[in-house]
Amino acid sequence: MAERAAARGAGPEAAAPEGPQATELSREEKLQLRKEKKQQKKKKRSEKGPAAETPELGPPSEAGQPQVAAHPTSPPALADGPNDGEKPAGGKSKAELRAERRAKQEAERAQKQAKKAELSQAATAAKPRLTPTEPQSVVKRLPEHVQMDDPAAQRKLAKKLERQQVPLRQDYGTKVNLFSHLHQYSRKKPLTQQMSIPSTVIHPAVVRLGLQYSQGIINGSNARCIALLEVFKQLIRDYSTPPNEELSRDLVAKLKPHISFLNQCRPLSASMGNAIKFLKKEISCLPDTLREEEAKEKLQDTIDKYLREKILLAAEAISRSAFEKINDNDVILVYGCSSLVNRTLCDAHVKKGRAFRVIVVDSRPRLEGRETLRRLVRKGIHCTYVMINAISYVLPEVSKVLLGAHALLANGSVMSRVGTSQIALVSKAYNVPVLVCCETYKFCERVQTDSFVSNELDDPDDLILLRKGQAQLGGWAENKSLRLLNLVYDVTPPDLVDLVITDLGMIPCTSVPVVLRVKNVDQ
Amino acid sequence: MEFQAVVMAAGGGSRMTDLTSSIPKPLLPVGNRPLLWYPLNLLERAGFEEVIVITRKEIQKMLNLDTKMKLDFVCISDNMDMGTADSLRHIHQKIKTDVLVLSCDLITDVDLYKVVDLFRTHDATLSMLMKKTHEPTEVVPGQKGKKKPVEQRDFIGVDDTGKRLLFMANEADLDEELVIKRSILQKHPRMHIRTGLMDAHLYCLKKYVVDFLVENRSITSLRSELIPHLVRKQFSSPTSLQQGLDNREEDQKKKEQASLDIYSFIKEDNSLLKPAADNSCWNDHRGDMNETLHEGKVRCYVHIMKEGLCYRVNTLGLYIEANRQVPKLLLNLGLEEPLVHGSAQITDRGMVGSDSIIGSSTQVGEKTSIKHSIIGSMCTIKDKVKITNCIIMNSVTIEEGCCLQGSVICHNAVIEKGADIKDCLVGSDQRLETKAKHVNEVIVGTEQLMEI
Repeated sequence: MAERAAARGAGPEAAAPEGPQATELSREEKLQLRKEKKQQKKKKRSEKGPAAETPELGPPSEAGQPQVAAHPTSPPALADGPNDGEKPAGGKSKAELRAERRAKQEAERAQKQAKKAELSQAATAAKPRLTPTEPQSVVKRLPEHVQMDDPAAQRKLAKKLERQQVPLRQDYGTKVNLFSHLHQYSRKKPLTQQMSIPSTVIHPAVVRLGLQYSQGIINGSNARCIALLEVFKQLIRDYSTPPNEELSRDLVAKLKPHISFLNQCRPLSASMGNAIKFLKKEISCLPDTLREEEAKEKLQDTIDKYLREKILLAAEAISRSAFEKINDNDVILVYGCSSLVNRTLCDAHVKKGRAFRVIVVDSRPRLEGRETLRRLVRKGIHCTYVMINAISYVLPEVSKVLLGAHALLANGSVMSRVGTSQIALVSKAYNVPVLVCCETYKFCERVQTDSFVSNELDDPDDLILLRKGQAQLGGWAENKSLRLLNLVYDVTPPDLVDLVITDLGMIPCTSVPVVLRVKNVDQ
Repeated sequence: MEFQAVVMAAGGGSRMTDLTSSIPKPLLPVGNRPLLWYPLNLLERAGFEEVIVITRKEIQKMLNLDTKMKLDFVCISDNMDMGTADSLRHIHQKIKTDVLVLSCDLITDVDLYKVVDLFRTHDATLSMLMKKTHEPTEVVPGQKGKKKPVEQRDFIGVDDTGKRLLFMANEADLDEELVIKRSILQKHPRMHIRTGLMDAHLYCLKKYVVDFLVENRSITSLRSELIPHLVRKQFSSPTSLQQGLDNREEDQKKKEQASLDIYSFIKEDNSLLKPAADNSCWNDHRGDMNETLHEGKVRCYVHIMKEGLCYRVNTLGLYIEANRQVPKLLLNLGLEEPLVHGSAQITDRGMVGSDSIIGSSTQVGEKTSIKHSIIGSMCTIKDKVKITNCIIMNSVTIEEGCCLQGSVICHNAVIEKGADIKDCLVGSDQRLETKAKHVNEVIVGTEQLMEI
């Protein structure tokens, strides 16, 4: 606060005579000012110290406040002139000193407000100069999907959706307090309820995709991304530039409502987010000289290339690298249903003929392990199936754990299906190596250390089990003290993961930021 | 565009000739609106902006509907005797996308998105609507005694989720046994077979089905031929997959058959979603080694309504029942029209029941009580008449002292003084003499009786 006040004080004064070059000068000036301030404060404290110590010893807490409050007074005092010399060292009583300080604070506050009024008048000119002078106050905007409990953010979202003519999906059921900032939707109330039947605003292929996402027919990071790219190809095919518009700008604007719609159906995954960023960049980098047909062709080719290289070939590469880690007579533990891990194991067994057996671990309510089991047994792999509560019983015989990932975060954490972190934790306790397979396009620049901040809440009604015709949790909504939580993802800390197998090779978890940096340089 | 809506309004109403001999079925008044208004209103509420209506010339002339949608009337002449599938074939050049086919006699308040979502989500070939039938409670005029419904039962087989349609057969097509193919049970071991379901004749069809209909001229009716064919085709492999044939002639025949097989019409552009489906871990069944949906390309889904109104007005009993339920439906739709029309002149307001609908320009005399009835426009009802549970169409004259109960009186009928009518159907332009007493009769003109 003090620094900002100093900056505001220093900013217009330093910047007024000069132009935009003032930014760098004022930053250096500010640093200098700060140093001076600190020195002055030290001097002041040494002056005040012997005199003010005895009266201030009594109520130290109260003294703390005027001290803290005195700080904002000191930097403007610097600019104003040596006013602090007025304070006589000692002689005055504690209360009088406090009263003086308070009067000074009021004066300084009035001055600050006057300066703020000046600043706001010159705001438009001064703003680009002001913000760079406050290096600490760069606040990253939180994505709105983790701001469910902030009414202002929700109002903004509602306005944006209204503008794009996309319906807003209502939340369902009471949420657990820790996750009240996330959305929770019901599968029985699809978004199409609020849309007209032959959908005109949203392309029918996108409506179908959104329904398939929300009903869970297409799930899994890779599947969702592949389906998204194919639908984008179709969108581009059916797109025609309106007159007086540029394809590079208009197409991005046309894609936005569709992306909002898909986001409302089911929150976008990290892989989808990266694919969308890539596509937007490609579209905006299109040269203006291309005709519409050529531009559309080019875009479809780039999408095909991205799909082929980053997803399909990457899967092939990872399968080959991971094969080196699978030895004969290995016992491999897998969790849930990861398309990459399934492919690796099937290739190792069918194409290379390695002899190993697999333990498939499954968990409710999704029970995705059944699908893994079906695919592996179909290829002839010897499988065992257990629930997640039994992992400590099977781990003594496991030689390695192979996991899939939804995304890899910038601090090396692995975001994957809920339950993965537990598997990694128990494996670590049993000294079983944990290998994570993940393509580089799923690497994310987010940093997360816990599973609460950014997650996804699935339909809580999925947790209701029907046993002998009775659903014990059936009336959960009426019970005021009962909340159901159906988490989708969790975050595994990097120290529990031994190796990440990517299409760039086998890297430790901590090398993820390097890969991200290299990717950004490439692009 | 995602869907095109087609309303079939050329049908004759063969199961209620007493009513439809004088009035075409789409124009039958239900709650003082023509029957055709109801499916069009359903489409308008869902958000359709254009509808293709297949009808006859005389019906189009008599229609005046207040609707914001663009109605594209396609007239077929009466003597062509086209079935519903023939009509679709007739307009196949207008059909450019998937099509939603409705019948003109459907009165329902279903949420259309439920049927359409099944169609979209599963990329289905067919998606339809059904409702559990209930026993008719009204007494139908002309019915002698308690009779069992003449219509044959339909056997509908659905899977565990209740959404996938596995089996459809009508009792009339079966001799003594219900034959279920083994392939169905191998793929879906648990099947629920229901008989009490009524088909609402609301179908979402893919475009390639219309292309298939164009080639396959032998199919005339949607309900009785095309839909069961599609349901059966889900579990039969395409004929082109059959093993090599030696005989050239057989080859030729098979080729012809193959070209008429619906699989040859399914375009392969859906294969672009195959890598996505391969990587996804959803499966519609479990317990066997097969891929999701058994890799079947033809899929039929059904949405079975549990609550709400759904009537197909194709018999007299259903017509009467629909008239009873329509005030509730109109209320739910939020149509703010008062039940008693503004221009009606009623002398004794108090004697008119609260759920009776009275049309425009109708005159009702003194001491006339009207309860649970629907009275059309431009009727003249004199004094001291008692009307209970009746449906009276337009321009009917009822003289003094009559007592009508549970009857249907068609257009322009005249009922002289003192008549006592109970549970009767009085045809159009009929004239009942004074002090006539009729119980449970159908009174129509002789020329109408000759129509079979």
